[in-house]
Amino acid sequence: MSAPSSPVSPALAIAAAVRAGERSAVEVLDEHLAVVEAREGEIHAFNLVTADTARTAAAEIDRRVAAGESVGPLAGVPIALKDNLCTNGVATTCSSRILEGWVPPYDATVVSRLVAAGAIAIGKTNLDEFAMGSSTENSAFGATRNPHDTTRVPGGSSGGSAAAVAAGFAPLALGSDTGGSIRQPASLCGVVGMKPTYGLVSRYGLIAFASSLDQIGPFASSVADAAILLEVIAGHDPADATSIPRPTPEVSVHLADGVAGLRVGLVRELMGDGIHPDVAARVREAAEALAAAGAEVEEVSVPAVTLGLSAYYLIAPAEASSNLARFDGVRYGLRVEAPTTNEMMVATRTAGFGDEVKRRIMLGTYALSAGYYDAFYGKAQKVRTLICRDFAAAYQRFDVLLSPTSPTTAFELGAIADPLTMYLNDICTIPSNLAGHPALSVPFGTGSDGLPVGVQVLAPSLGEVDLFRTAAVLEAAAPGEGNAR
Amino acid sequence: MADRITRDDVVHVARLARLELTDDQIERFTGQLGAVLEHADDVAALDLADVEPTSHPYPLVNVLRADEVGPTLNNDQALSGAPDSAEGRFKVPAILGEAP
Repeated sequence: MSAPSSPVSPALAIAAAVRAGERSAVEVLDEHLAVVEAREGEIHAFNLVTADTARTAAAEIDRRVAAGESVGPLAGVPIALKDNLCTNGVATTCSSRILEGWVPPYDATVVSRLVAAGAIAIGKTNLDEFAMGSSTENSAFGATRNPHDTTRVPGGSSGGSAAAVAAGFAPLALGSDTGGSIRQPASLCGVVGMKPTYGLVSRYGLIAFASSLDQIGPFASSVADAAILLEVIAGHDPADATSIPRPTPEVSVHLADGVAGLRVGLVRELMGDGIHPDVAARVREAAEALAAAGAEVEEVSVPAVTLGLSAYYLIAPAEASSNLARFDGVRYGLRVEAPTTNEMMVATRTAGFGDEVKRRIMLGTYALSAGYYDAFYGKAQKVRTLICRDFAAAYQRFDVLLSPTSPTTAFELGAIADPLTMYLNDICTIPSNLAGHPALSVPFGTGSDGLPVGVQVLAPSLGEVDLFRTAAVLEAAAPGEGNAR
Repeated sequence: MADRITRDDVVHVARLARLELTDDQIERFTGQLGAVLEHADDVAALDLADVEPTSHPYPLVNVLRADEVGPTLNNDQALSGAPDSAEGRFKVPAILGEAP
C-alpha cells in the first residue's frame, strides 16, 4: 500500500483565499476563463460561457470582501452548470432544438443557493438532449470530448460538467443523475461525482426527465470539494414537494473519520459479466485499500440489481413521455407554424426533438398504453420494490456497498450506435436511482489504456456521511502520479 | 411473454406522442424498441402478484403548505418565452377543423 497522498481541493482553497482577501475573485475567474479559452475549442464542454455576468458577480464578491461583509463558503469559486438547470435571464436549452433560445424567468433553487454561497456561475454545460444518454453525443449542439483523450466520449448525460472539471475550466460543476448521469461521466473523466439521496437536493428549476429518479448533484476534483458543494445545495425546499424535510447530513466534518470498523459489501452481481477486467481489478484493489484502512470487507449478493436495467428503461421513459408532453410549441421554445394547433404541435415536436428523445418518448408512451401498462410499467414498479428490499437486506449487514461505476473506461466517439448497447453503460448506477439511495464515484487508478477508472460507493437513504468518509479513504489510497501500479 | 412491438404499434404510438416519423425512422425504431422490450422480458416474465409497486423512493404523503400567496411570476414573465401571445394569454392556431 502506498502512502496516502494529500488530495488538493481547489474550490476550498480558492474560497479560503478569497475570503481572506489574499486572492481576488476576478483574478480567479480570469485564470479559469483563460483555460476555457485555451481548450474549449477541442472539448466543447459548454453550450454557453457567461463571462460577462460572471465577472460582474466576481467583482461584487471582491467588493464585499473589501467592505468586510461576510461572503459564503464558496466565495469566488467558479462553477459550471448543466444546461438543464434554469438560470434567470440566461438561456437554458437541455441541448435540444426545442428549447433553443428560451430564457427562463427564474433560477433553480440550487442556483439561488450557489449565488448565496458566493459561487460564480461561468456557463451552461453540454448534455445528452434532455439528459437522455451516456456519452454526450446526443446533443443538438454537437458532442463533448473527454479531456483525457479527445477521441473518446466524456460519458453522459452530464458529460459537459464532468469534462469542465476534468479540463480545469472550473473546480466545481453541477449535474443531474437519473440513471447514472453524474457518476458515469465522473468515472470516465477521472473526477468525483455524486448522486444524493432522492429528495435531499431540491429539483425546483431542474427541467424534468424522470421525476421519481432525477437528482441534482456535485462534480469536483476532490472528495472534500464535492462535500462542501453538496452541503451548499442540499436542504429542504418548500418549492419541491418531494424535498425531504430533514436536516442535511454534515459530511464535511466527518471526512477524516476513516473507515475503521465500517462494514463494506462488494456487490457480487455488479462484478461479473460485462465488467471490463481492468475495472473489476481496480474495484477489488479499492476493497483491499478499505480493508487495509480497517474496514470489514466482504462480498454480498444483491440479486435484484440485475433487473434494474430492464425496470429503469420502462419507468424512466414512461415518466419522460409524460414530462416532455409540455414541449408543445405553446408556452416556451420552438414553434413550427401549421394551420391547426394539433398540426402545429406535431410539427414542433417532430422538428424539435432528436432521435434518442423520440425513442424514449415512444417507449414510454408504449409502456403506459392500454393493454401494456400492467405487463410493463406496473411490473417495473414492482421490480423497484424488489430492488429496495434486496438493498435493505444488504444494509442490515453492511454500512456501504462497493461496485464499479461504469463497466468500461471511456469509449471512442461513435463507437456505440445501438441504443440498447449504450443503455448497458448504466447497469451499475441505475439501482441507486430506483431505490432513491445516494451513491458516489471516486477515481481509482486507470485501465491498461491509461484512462480513468471510477469506483462506486453506495449507501442507504441519507447515508451520505458514510459515503463520503469511505470516498475520502479511497481518494487517499488511489494509485496516482509517481505511484503507478 | 413479450408482446414484440410491430410497425403498426410504432405508427400508433407516434400518433399518441404527437410525433411524425419518416418511413426510415419507423423501420429503425421498430427494431430498436423491440430490442429494449425484449431485454425487458426478464421483468415481464416474473410472477410479482404479491409484490406492491413502488412509485416513489422516499415516502412522503400529503405535502401541504399554508394557503398564502407567495412570490409568483407576473403575467409578462409567464408569457416571456411563449412563441405567440395576445391580450395576456398564450395564442395558438385554430383548435378545430380548418384554419381560418
